[in-house]
Formats: sequence, C-alpha cells, structure tokens
Amino acid sequence: MATPHEEHTHAQRVSFYAKTLWVLMVLLVLTVAAGFVKMPDWLGIAVALTIAVSKATIVILNFMHVRFSSKLAWLFAGAGFFWLIIMFAFAFADYASRHWEPEQGW
Amino acid sequence: MSVREAELPLAEHRREVPHLGEQYETIEQQNDAYTIGMWAFIVQEVLFFGGLFAGYAVYRFKYLYEFVAAHHTLSIFFGTLNTFVLLVSSYTMARAVRAAMQQKHDKQLKYLLWTIFFASIFMVNKYFEYSEKYHAHLIPSYSYSAEKVIHYNHLKVENGMVDLGARKVTLEEFTGRTKLFFSFYFIMTGLHGLHVLAGIIVLAILAVRAYMDWVRKVPHADYMPVEMVGLYWHFVDIVWIFLFPLLYLMGGQ
Repeated sequence: MATPHEEHTHAQRVSFYAKTLWVLMVLLVLTVAAGFVKMPDWLGIAVALTIAVSKATIVILNFMHVRFSSKLAWLFAGAGFFWLIIMFAFAFADYASRHWEPEQGW
Repeated sequence: MSVREAELPLAEHRREVPHLGEQYETIEQQNDAYTIGMWAFIVQEVLFFGGLFAGYAVYRFKYLYEFVAAHHTLSIFFGTLNTFVLLVSSYTMARAVRAAMQQKHDKQLKYLLWTIFFASIFMVNKYFEYSEKYHAHLIPSYSYSAEKVIHYNHLKVENGMVDLGARKVTLEEFTGRTKLFFSFYFIMTGLHGLHVLAGIIVLAILAVRAYMDWVRKVPHADYMPVEMVGLYWHFVDIVWIFLFPLLYLMGGQ
C-alpha cells in the first residue's frame, strides 16, 4: 500500500518542462512566420492548423501529463477530440452540400 | 486471509493520507477519479468552443474576402505577445504542479504567482486591443462602422459599391459581413478572456492555499487541486493556440 512518501506522481525533471517550452516557442515563431508568407488561402489554413495541432498535442501530452496518465484518461481526452471532428465533419458536410437561404442585406 | 487482516493496510493508508475521501480505497484511485472528472469537463469545454470555431469556419468560407479584410485590423503584435505570455504561463503552471507534487509549498506559491502575473499581462493586452477596436467603431453594435476596415485595406468605394478585387459588394453587405467577423472575434476572444479571468481567480485561491500549507509546514498536502487547475489552465492555453492563427494570421498580411 502506498504511503504519501511513495505516492506515485507524474512529476518530471525540470528540463522536461523547459524543453517543452522551447519547442512551443519555436512553433510560435513558425506560426507567425507562416502568417507572413504569401500562399493560397487553403494552404495557409492547412499550415496554420498543422502547427496549432502540433502545439496543442505537445501541451496535452507533456504539460497536461496525459503521456503518463491512465488508459481511461487517454480515452476521455481522445473521445473529446473525436467528437469535435464528428461535429466539424457533419456541420461542414451539411453546409457544403446544401444551398444557402438568401438573406436580405447580407 | 481474514477480513480484519485484509482491511488493516487500508486503514493505515487512510491514516497516512488524511485527504483520502471515504468512498475511495487508495489515494491513487482518488487521484484517477479527479483526473477523469476534470477531463470530462474539459471535453465539454472543447465542444463548447468547437461550435464557435465551426461557425467561424463556415462564415469565413462564405464571406472570405470580407473576413480577410476585417482580420487585417487585428494587431499581430498583441496576438503574438499574448501567445508568448500564455505559453510561458503554461510552463510556470507546470512548474507549480511539479512543486506541489514534491510538497515544496514555497516554490509552488512562487510559480502560482508567476502564472497569475502572466495571465494578468494577457488581460491587460486584451484591454488595449479591445479599447482600440472600441475607438475604431469596430465593436458590433449600433455604432459599428466598416470605415476603418475599408481605410486599413485601401479599398475603393464607388457608388456605394466596395471593390474587393475579386468581386464587388454593396457597402451595406460589406458592413454586415465584416460586422459578423467582429461578432465572432469578440465572442470567441471574449469567452476565452473570461476563462483566463476565471483561471486567475482559481489560481489566487490555490496561491492562498499554498501559502497556508507553507506557513503550517504541511508535510503531505493534496497536490491534486493544483494539477486539476493546471489541466484547466493548459486547456485555456490550447484554445488560444487555435484562436491566434485562425483569427489574427490566416489570410496573409
């Protein structure tokens, strides 16, 4: 039986958090730089989203300790983003496949 | 093994961990339950913000030129600075959680105060941004005017038609559509700002707790509240990680 002394925590070395921050900073520079590069709109969206998803994944795995969490925590975190994708996919499919009602003055 | 023998270690465990809830057998089980509960909350927050992102995406697709013109009025400087500030605050939060896990209450307090400091800088920057938009009449209300958007993008207006290069729209249409962009901008960044504000309040409560634990030299404080607020804080950071490029940067300069 674990006593508080032996209690298992997810605490990592300081360098682990510092390195994570450095990677996030590099990605931030990339984000801003990509914003100034002239490219087609779809490519701009793809690049911006790819970097943003990478940043979010790093924060979730390292800062939020999901990397070290139980399978159930993985399932909960994963389910959230899975539902998000369903919401996006269905909403966009609907707007893409049906015509818009004309709105006066818009 | 008799019932008495089997229960003895658990009773001992309970004595050693005073913050163990009655309904849990071990502290690990309690900590797992905390984490799952917090993730359930974060998942619904993800979907809550997700709906706004979906709406923004749909209308940006429909009114691409108007949205791109309107987004040029946002300050990349403040957007970048705020992303930097929030990323650093995520780091100090992670350090606060680490200190809490190691029962180093003074360090925990220090990093919580740093996190509050960076969160406050974020809010101050937001104040500057919002007040600039207010003076430019870009708050979606009765006094809204697309004049600054037209001026900023050097757009030509002739006979009530705004020339967007690829197509022409009436001034009325242009005003309505850019107003829609700012509605999305203020609702999304405003809701995010409210989350930052709520975070500051909870972090302040944690700082007071850390101070008390430090003064009383509590040997084994429950570190889970700090870790749970950490999860929330990192989530708020993630929302901004998406808001910044999608609102401020996408569509070129």
